[in-house]
Amino acid sequence: MSAVLELNQIAKAHDSGNGRRVQALDGISLSVGAGEFVAVRGPSGSGKTTLLLIAGGLLAPDEGAVSIGGRDLGSMTAESRARFRAGNVGFVFQQFHLIPYLSVLHNVMTPAVAANIGDAPDRAEKLIARFGLGSRAHHPTARLSTGERQRTALARALLNRPRLLLADEPTGNLDADNAERVMAGLSDFAKNGGAVLLVTHDNNATDRADRVLLLKDGKQAGAPAG
Amino acid sequence: MKIWGMIWREIAFRKLNFGLALFSVSAAVACLVGTLTLLQADERRTDRLLAEKEAEVAKAGAGLEDAIRRITKGLGFNVIILPEDQNLNEMHLEGSLSKQMPEEYVHRLAKSKIVTVNHLLPTVMKKLTWPETGLSVVLYGIRGEVPLQHRDPKKPLLDTVPEGTMNIGHHVSQKLGLRQGDETVLLDQKFSVGKVHGERGNIDDGTVWINLAKAQELLGMQNLIHAIQALECHCAGDRISQIRAEIAGILPGTQVVERGPPALARAEARDRARQSAEDALARAVASRRELRGQREAFAAVLAPLICVGAAVWIGFLMLGNVRERRAEIGILRAIGFRSSQILLLFLGKAVLFGIVGTVLGFVAGALAGASLGEMPVGLAWLQDPEAPVHFGLALSLAVALSVFAGWIPALSAARQDPALVLQEV
Repeated sequence: MSAVLELNQIAKAHDSGNGRRVQALDGISLSVGAGEFVAVRGPSGSGKTTLLLIAGGLLAPDEGAVSIGGRDLGSMTAESRARFRAGNVGFVFQQFHLIPYLSVLHNVMTPAVAANIGDAPDRAEKLIARFGLGSRAHHPTARLSTGERQRTALARALLNRPRLLLADEPTGNLDADNAERVMAGLSDFAKNGGAVLLVTHDNNATDRADRVLLLKDGKQAGAPAG
Repeated sequence: MKIWGMIWREIAFRKLNFGLALFSVSAAVACLVGTLTLLQADERRTDRLLAEKEAEVAKAGAGLEDAIRRITKGLGFNVIILPEDQNLNEMHLEGSLSKQMPEEYVHRLAKSKIVTVNHLLPTVMKKLTWPETGLSVVLYGIRGEVPLQHRDPKKPLLDTVPEGTMNIGHHVSQKLGLRQGDETVLLDQKFSVGKVHGERGNIDDGTVWINLAKAQELLGMQNLIHAIQALECHCAGDRISQIRAEIAGILPGTQVVERGPPALARAEARDRARQSAEDALARAVASRRELRGQREAFAAVLAPLICVGAAVWIGFLMLGNVRERRAEIGILRAIGFRSSQILLLFLGKAVLFGIVGTVLGFVAGALAGASLGEMPVGLAWLQDPEAPVHFGLALSLAVALSVFAGWIPALSAARQDPALVLQEV
């Protein structure tokens, strides 16, 4: 299995706010292959989100290297990383981060503004239908339920056919049914050859993962499988 | 969907933010355009008023000049061309002339290009005792003025005396008891009295005017005259020298005598009338110019203040917009939006309210300016050939102002750290 995401000895520290440096991540290594669903689990403050942001090239590590599809993110400029993300990475966040002035359809199509996606309208409609949002396509996001919002966010993350899907507590605000639908969406993406890195503190959310990495105080608490 | 599609939708979503920015640009443009329109209206009104004033002054000046001309016309000819050998004492002391010159001289003068004199009047002038009455009189033989051929005809200073008619001075009338219409005999010729002149207090009171040809006949001076009377032109400088030089070139063997004071007074009076009118107009022009200068100075201070005020206002609005959209910026950066795209997302909006604000402000300013300036709007801008230039300038300025004001907020948005934002919200 070829590695889509490679994290090698990642370390990251940040200011705690009272002048002390906190080691958010310390020597984390992880590899996620194509078709693999990896979950990172740990309590709040364990460094999960920091790890996810580093994996997506939104945050630069203090030490270590990150590569996606064999491309070293550390050697890219911020603009190059943005361009690279637009074609290769999808994000799903706990807070959905939908754009309030756009409809469901236009939210899903947002990645097409950043990157050239030839079949964006067709693909957006298919994704919307797939996630059960067909009747809501032209609704403003403010009128959606939380489950619908997260499904919209997931559809948006998949529009650019990413190689890597990064999900940060995607079920944190959802009821069981909607959580299940979102997890199923992530799982399907992996089954279709994508790589998924899910960070969560919820034990139930890791059921569908192929592997689980445990984090505690920025360190690997459990050995990653593979 | 493109970036501009997102901009339009964001504007539609946050109407108040866009409306306030739009108002700011519109107000700034309206103030500038309104001020320009007011100044333009003022300029047009000034031009109109000055034209009216100029016409009034010209009319009044012409009227005054004409009045003075008519008043001073009675002062008579002021240049006399005499034969060179004529003793001037005879003329001054006795009011009579004895030396003669051909009448043809006056025609020669009239055909010449002479410019220093006009109103040419050939005369005979002889002091004699009226045999039938025993009264000493000066006999004047006159005819109509001989027009200068290279000049427009002028109204004669002195009309001719019809044949068989005599005009008489006040003293003659008193002494002989002659009234207008009376019949009398002079040198065996019958005359009827055409005019009796009022008392003038000079030699005219003892003068009898008859037709030149008749006088020449009575005095045995066929085709001869004693003098050519003329009116000097109102030329600057040493007039009499110029006149003498010019006439000497045309009529050699003559002398020129100037009767100064009356004509001089006439010229000076006309000068003063013209000068007075021109001074009044110049004062009016200066006053309007000063007023316009004050308004322009005020506008020169007001315009930058309005621009700065609008820029600050837009800057704050844009900054508020950026803060409100922090999460949006974070997710867009995560999705893969580049800094330049984020910058465009905000500056594009600034360009839009710059353009729309210019159109609204231009119309509002033109309407307000025209209304305050009491000028038809169509006249103010639509018929102004420079209107497109002004609109282009206003548009460029407003868009530049909007982009400038939105630049720092937009730049702060483009430089936002998405990781930080996504961890915060």
